[in-house]
This record gives sequence, C-alpha cells and structure tokens, in this order.
Amino acid sequence: MTESREEGVVTESRERGTAMGAKVKLKIWRGDAGQGELVDYEVEANEGEVVLDILHRLQATQAGDLAVRWNCKAGKCGSCSMEINGMPRLACMTRMSLFEPDETITVTPMRTFPVIRDLVTDVSFNFSKAQQIPSFAPDPSVGLGEFRMQQEDVQRSQEFRKCIECFLCQNVCHVIRDHEENMPAYAGPRFLMRITELEMHPADTADRREIAQDDFGLGMCNITKCCTEVCPENIHITDNALIPLKERVVSRKYDPLVWLGSKIGRRSHHDTPKVPGQQS
Amino acid sequence: MTDITRLPYDVVVIGAGGSGLRAAIEARQAGKRTAVISKSLFGKAHTVMAEGGCAAAMGNVNPNDNWMVHFRDTMRGGKFLNNWRMAELHAKEAPDRVWELEAWGALFDRTKDGKISQRNFGGHEYPRLAHVGDRTGLEMIRTLQQRVVALQQEDAREHGDPEAMIKVFAETTITRLLKDTSEGPGGSSPQDGTARIAGAFGYIRETGQFVVFEAPAIVLATGGIGKTFKVTSNSWEYTGDGHALALLAGAKLLNMEFVQFHPTHMVWPLSVRGLLVTESVRGDGGVLRNSEGKRFMFGYVPDVFRAQYAETEEEADRWYTDPEHNRRPPELLPRDEVARSINSEVKAGRGSPHGGVFLDIASRLPAEEILRKLPSMYHQFKELADVDITKEPMEVGPAQHYVMGGVEVDPDTGESSVPGLFAAGEVSGGMHGSNRLGGNSLSDLLVFGRRSGMGAAQYLDALGDKRPVPGDGEIAAAQAEAMAPLERTVGENPYTVHSEVQDTMSSLVGIIRKEAEIKAALAELEKLRERAALVRAEGGPAYNPGWHLALDLRNIMLIAECVAEAALQRQESRGGHTRDDFPGMSPEWRKVNLVCSLGENGRVVLEKKPMPPMREDLLALFDPAELKKYLTEEELPQEPAQPPAQDTASDGEEKS
Ligand SMILES: Cc1cc2nc3c(=O)[nH]c(=O)nc-3n(C[C@H](O)[C@H](O)[C@H](O)COP(=O)(O)OP(=O)(O)OC[C@H]3O[C@@H](n4cnc5c(N)ncnc54)[C@H](O)[C@@H]3O)c2cc1C
Ligand code: SF4
Ligand code: SF4
Ligand code: FES
Repeated sequence: MTESREEGVVTESRERGTAMGAKVKLKIWRGDAGQGELVDYEVEANEGEVVLDILHRLQATQAGDLAVRWNCKAGKCGSCSMEINGMPRLACMTRMSLFEPDETITVTPMRTFPVIRDLVTDVSFNFSKAQQIPSFAPDPSVGLGEFRMQQEDVQRSQEFRKCIECFLCQNVCHVIRDHEENMPAYAGPRFLMRITELEMHPADTADRREIAQDDFGLGMCNITKCCTEVCPENIHITDNALIPLKERVVSRKYDPLVWLGSKIGRRSHHDTPKVPGQQS
Repeated sequence: MTDITRLPYDVVVIGAGGSGLRAAIEARQAGKRTAVISKSLFGKAHTVMAEGGCAAAMGNVNPNDNWMVHFRDTMRGGKFLNNWRMAELHAKEAPDRVWELEAWGALFDRTKDGKISQRNFGGHEYPRLAHVGDRTGLEMIRTLQQRVVALQQEDAREHGDPEAMIKVFAETTITRLLKDTSEGPGGSSPQDGTARIAGAFGYIRETGQFVVFEAPAIVLATGGIGKTFKVTSNSWEYTGDGHALALLAGAKLLNMEFVQFHPTHMVWPLSVRGLLVTESVRGDGGVLRNSEGKRFMFGYVPDVFRAQYAETEEEADRWYTDPEHNRRPPELLPRDEVARSINSEVKAGRGSPHGGVFLDIASRLPAEEILRKLPSMYHQFKELADVDITKEPMEVGPAQHYVMGGVEVDPDTGESSVPGLFAAGEVSGGMHGSNRLGGNSLSDLLVFGRRSGMGAAQYLDALGDKRPVPGDGEIAAAQAEAMAPLERTVGENPYTVHSEVQDTMSSLVGIIRKEAEIKAALAELEKLRERAALVRAEGGPAYNPGWHLALDLRNIMLIAECVAEAALQRQESRGGHTRDDFPGMSPEWRKVNLVCSLGENGRVVLEKKPMPPMREDLLALFDPAELKKYLTEEELPQEPAQPPAQDTASDGEEKS
C-alpha cells in the first residue's frame, strides 16, 4: 500500500464491512401497475445500515432492475417513501436495528398512489394539488430587501417549510387512503398545511380560508393525527397547521376576527381567485 | 424513429436544482417557452441537501460587509485561480438574488431588526450566509419550485394552460445533446465545436420511452460529479452528466483537477460514511480535536492566511463575541486547508476510533442552543449513529463534496464555446477557482442561473427565425447507444464496474495525489473504460435503475479521465488539488487554465490556456503584499498600487 492509499479517512470502501454481514430475509413487492407479488430475498446486512442500503445491495447483487426511488440518502429529499412492515417510512432513515435479527422485513410501495414499478409510485396527484394553491401574494410595493419580519413571526410558517414532500402524510391520511373517490375534492395534509403556511406568512396579503374549506376539502379532515405520526420531519401537522386553519375558517365565517384582521391591516379579506384552467 | 416524441421549445434547461430553476424562471420571464428537465422528481434535486446557507454581502449583521470584501474572500478561497469576472459579478449580484427569493416567499432566519440573518462560515470575513437553520437548500429549492408554480398560475390565467410557457419534465434523463449538422459545406460532425445546438435526446424513467427536445438554446444545470468517488456527500444524480454532455457536444471543461473534499462528514456507521456535517457546526462554535483532546488546527495555519487567524484558543474563543478585536479560529480556514489537516492528524495516528477526528459542539454551547441552531445535525446523529451531539463529540472526516472544474463559459451570459449551449451552477467552471468557499455555491446558482437564462433568451432574440434542426442521423445514433445495454445478452453488471471506478478514483486521485498513483489510475481507467462499454442491464426499459446506471457509466468514465489527466498535468498544490510530489503553490501555474476537450478518437485532450490578467481596479482591492504571495513579478501592479478601497464607503456600488 502506498502512502495516500492509507489515508483512511477518505479511501476506505463503504462496502468493506459487507463480507462479514449477517443475512436478513426480505419480502419485496415486485410488479407494475397491472399486477405484482411479494418476492423473497436474502441479503447481507451490516451494523448501522438502513433499509435503503439493503435495497441497494439487492440491486447490485441480485436484482439489477429493482425499481426504487431515492436521491439524497440523507433524509432530506423525501424521495424514498415506502411501506416497511406496513409502516409508511423513508427507507434511507429506517435503520435495520429496528427489526429483530430473524424478522422477515416486508417492503411495499405506498398504498395511496398508483404503482409505476416495484417500490416506485406515481405521486403526480401531489404536484397537481400544489399547482392549484394560490401562490404567495406579497404587497407589491415592498422593494427588494425591504421586508422586515421578526423571528417569532416567521417561525410558525418555518415549521411547515421543513416539509421535504415525502408525501407519507398524504399516503396515510384515511380520507384518501383506499378512497380514491375523495382525491379530486381533497388536498391532503401536506397541502392544507401549505395553505396554513401562507396564511401565517407575515408578508402575505391574500385570504385562502374560504377556498381551504370549499376547494381543498379542509372539512373532510377529522383530526385523527395519523399524518403527524408518520412525518419524518416531526412537523406537528394536525396541531399546528390543520386545527388552527380550521379555527381560522370558522372565525372567518362567524367571527369578529375578520374585523380584527382588517384592524391589524395584514389581510385583504378578498378570497384569492381560484386558479383557472386546472383539473384535479 | 416514428415512435420518438418530439417536443419543441425555445429554451430547454437540463437540471431542476437551484441553477436550473433560476435559469428557467428567467427564460420564462423573458417570454420564452421553457422546458425544465430533471432526473429526479420536481423539488428533489441535489440543491435540497445544502445546509449552511447562501453567501451574499448584504451587511445585515456586520455593516462593514460589501461586495468588495466578498470578492476578496472568494479570490483568496480559490487561491486566485478564479475567473475574476465571475467572482465580481457573483459578489455584486448575490444580495439582490437572495432578496428576490424573499419576495417569492422564502422565510430566512431573521436578525433582531427583522432583516435576513447571516452566519459565519469558513473563509468569509464577516457573517455572510443567509440561512434557515441548517436546511437552506430546501428553502431555496422550495421557493424556486413555488415561483415556477406561481408563473404557471399566471399562464393558466392568460393562456388557459398552466404549462403553456414553462413545463417541468421530472424523472427524465438526457443522454445526448443534438447539433444542427446540416450547416457548413457538406455538413459538420456533432463534435464540431462550431455547429449549433439544436436539441437534446433522452428517456422518460417511468416508461423508458425516448424523447427529443427540439430547442435552439440549452442550459446545462446538471450539478456535479460526486459519484465518480467512493466516499461522497453527493446524491445519485451526480454522475457528471452535464460535464460529459458538454464534452461530447464539442464544448470545453475547465480545471477538472480541482475537486473539493469537504472536511467534515460522518465516518461511522459505514452506511452513512460521507454524510455531510455542516460547516455551521464550526461557524457556530464547534471545534476540532484529535485523540489527545488537542485543538490541532492551530498547528496548520498556512503562511498566506497567518495574519487573519487566531494564534491562541483564548483569542479564537473571544472572536465569536468580539470579531472586531480578535482574529478568527483556525477551524474556519477554507475547506481544503481543514480537510488536509484532518487527513494529516489521522495519518499521524491521532485520529478517532473510526478513522476521523472529533468535532465538539457539546462542550461549547448549551443543549437548547444546539437544538435550535443545528436541528438536522442533531436529528442525523441521533437517528443514524445513536450519538447525542448535545452530550458527546461527533466523529468526522473528509469526503468528496463539490467539483470546482466545469464547463468553460462566458462569465456574463453563461454561454459555452458551442453556440446555443449554456451552463450554470456546479456544472460550470471558473467561478470558484481552485477551491469553493462554503455558501458560495447557492449564491452562484442564483446569480449565474439567472444570467444563463438571460443569455439563452438573448441568443434566441438574435437568432430570429433561423432555428436549427437536429440531424436524424444523430437521433438514430443516440437511440442505438441508449438501447445497447438492454440488448446485450452477455455483459458485466454495471454496479460492479461503477464501484471499481469509484475505488480507483478515491484511492489514487483523492485528497493527496502523486504522479505514480495518478498514472496507475489512468491505466486502471483504460481497462474499466472497455468494460464499461460492454455492460449489460437486465430487465426492460421501464424504471430500470440498472439500465440507468449503465448509461450513466459513459459519463462517469469520461469525467474520471478528465480529472485524472488534469491532476497529472498540474504540477503544484493549490486548493482542491494537492500533489505530494509538488507541495507548493506556483505563481507560474496560477496563470494556467487546464482545458479538456474531446479529440477525434473520442479521447480526452488537455490544453494549457493562459488566465486572462485581472482588471486593474479589481487588483487594487488587494494589498500588494498579499498579491505577491500569489502572482508572478510581471503580474504585480506596476506603479505603487492605490491603497485598498474603503470597504465602508461603497454604498453606491453595492447593488450595481
Ligand atoms: C450535503 C451538501 C451540503 C451542501 N451545503 C451547501 C451550503 O450550505 N451552501 C452552499 O452554497 N452550497 C452547499 N452545497 C453545494 C450545493 O448544494 C451544490 O453545489 C448545488 O446545490 C448544485 O446545484 P445545481 O443547481 O448546480 O445542481 P443540482 O441541484 O444538483 O441539480 C442538478 C439537476 O440536474 C438534473 N440532472 C442531472 N443530470 C441530468 C440528466 N442527464 N438529464 C436530466 N437532468 C439531469 C438533476 O436531476 C437535478 O435536477 C452542499 C452540497 C452538499 C452535497
Ligand atoms: S389529521 Fe386530518 S389530514 Fe391528518 S391523517 Fe387525520 S384526517 Fe388526514
Ligand atoms: S408534512 Fe411531513 S410527512 Fe407530509 S410530506 Fe411533508 S415531510 Fe412528508
Ligand atoms: S433518499 Fe432522500 S429522503 Fe431518502
């Protein structure tokens, strides 16, 4: 070995440990839109690994064409959502140590979205919902660099902007899980939360409360909190976004808050027009 | 070729990270029909991983900051090999680009007086990085994504179709750029640098179907080359596609030997080796220690930086609260310095149990503050390594992180040497010289993303109705090339070949390089190249990762060759290129850009090009004594140079 080959900090192969790994048993859903089945595999696993490592090893050694969507392998992009032993999770943040050594691990695609192939689903539903929510609407007279906002005031929306769009909350929400018929009328927790985020944005001037209820199905959420439980970013979706949004909607209908809002002068109280030319 | 979908656009942007989205927004705002193409889903490009922040001399935290200070820091960080015009534009325009994000809905952390807060980072003289906790890249990409949606909503109102003017093609991969080969006497070849760009060929992941984008202007915004190396913080997208596409289309790559090894990544468990530990940990007070508990960085401050860095722990610690009267801690030296120092400590046997060193924030800040300032770091160590960073030190070591080298472009417009081909972001070269400062990439994406979008729009305006047409022969060749791995009945597994390329590059062309090893790497790559050309992908064309990797291998191989060839030629050590056999920085080499292009036989050819001399008013921003450390005698200003410009008296220029 030459000197710079020894620079252990950079050159050691990630695979070095694999040879001594123990075998784990997996059942992986394989198939496409039409049909599929659970297929059994046995793969090596090493200390500290996550489910995505195992899937990668499977691709490299036994199933080169196994479809898996991933990108960052750091819990930051929200690509690798799937169901592991029935739990909606990020494969790159699910450690193998979570399972018993002799446990068979079942990996299936997210159930709420149509399967493209193997573990990859068609999540376009989410992008089309995102396209319909009326965008951030600042006061156009504020010039570049002139916004002044306090940390306390941005903090609430910042929590929601931690969202990595993994769509696990969308996948688990019972309003649309196994209820495809509700999809056109319901935006799901991620996008109802986006509405709250804009509502709480200190520099936004639009009012999306009415359309939250009428066009995005806020009323269908019955605050079961399943979405919050699966959120890998630990966002308090139900408590901090959905319930406050419901309260704001109610207050808009019956309450002097509308009046109060105009005193504070932040909200224009004209519902932002719905985006034309879109289907859900 | 009847089964290939053809999609006509004005501008096609390849890449939906920070630079690609910013370019697309600009092109659409200039009234051009724009397509944005991305290998991954919309909003998931690599930019999402950026943590620390976006550098812009807004002067919100320290009013002494301005573009001139930022320019100086950037040139120093890059060891004066930067394209100075790019560094100038970047420093001047970054503040407006950040404020623009705010106008599109971004919510950065705030100062007490309600402005955008800025944090300290290695190599930046003042707190300069706009940030949101340690998830700045996510904020940036989401904001740009939502800006695209806002434009689509405008278009829906105006044209009845949200995608009339800007459309995102997610999970679509470009494998070839197409040229107009009909021009010139008897036509020209695709690699001919003078033939114009006419489109791009690729496949849709979901189905494996081929598509041709017909467009006179293409912006490459494909990011970096991390997957050429074994231990890297980069995501799977980083197979150097844009670099390779540019080469194959006849464009040139600049200074590919400069690869950034960021000093701090997780080293354990092996599964997460290479996962980034943000520089903000050090910016916020974290210190590096060896196995003896010593803050070893004090022993590694190089001469060129001696004046700016503290000599004692006491002074360094005072700097966090009183930066006016104390010098900065050496943990905040530019990345190349810190990475090499960690490397030396480990080699000297003073490393941590898993081959790194210790990064300690636990003893430096109260637990609540760590949780507030570094939530994702806390999360990452807790969930992936069972380490509580509020109680114990982290184990960290260097990994490949960024490539400074890239497509040679015109600084003002982003246009490459091929007419109609533009590049911005990590795929472009020049801006960062031999080493990038933390935070200077996100700002680079915005500044040059916008400029390349503008450049593409202007190119179209000048073109009139002389739209180029992609040649049928080229399309057929691209299709045959893409189908080949699926059609082979025998052939090696692409994963094996890829893993061997990574091993070769990491062990022989890594942080510390020497001639014999680089030559060994080149010999190894020669063999791997033949193997890579014959890999076989099992399965069909629909969402088949094995096939995708088989196609990416061509790019990985080409880029590995460029890096190794350039590393062999440059006989000096500078920034992201350290030669054990040529340890010093050479003023003669500083004047040289190493430029890669593709020769007749499809092999990489290297050429030395002189660096254009820096404009005098920019030279005058530096103390002549400092310039002496970098430049040759002839390059130094002739008359006794004017004293460095007054940093504080620059209000008028700040926004220019
Ligand atoms: C962990 C980490 C942390 C970082 N933190 C910071 C930081 O704090 N501050 C900072 O300034 N910089 C940081 N950086 C660097 C910075 O994030 C990147 O340099 C930057 O995001 C690159 O952006 P980009 O627009 O050039 O490309 P990317 O965001 O990488 O986007 C590339 C795009 O091109 C697409 N693409 C690639 N090839 C093809 C193809 N063949 N066909 C179609 N599409 C293709 C990809 O799908 C993707 O959409 C960090 C980097 C890492 C790895
Ligand atoms: S709280 Fe509402 S949005 Fe969340 S899972 Fe329950 S019903 Fe769905
Ligand atoms: S709110 Fe949480 S679970 Fe839902 S998409 Fe965002 S990150 Fe995922
Ligand atoms: S791969 Fe990005 S979150 Fe898992």
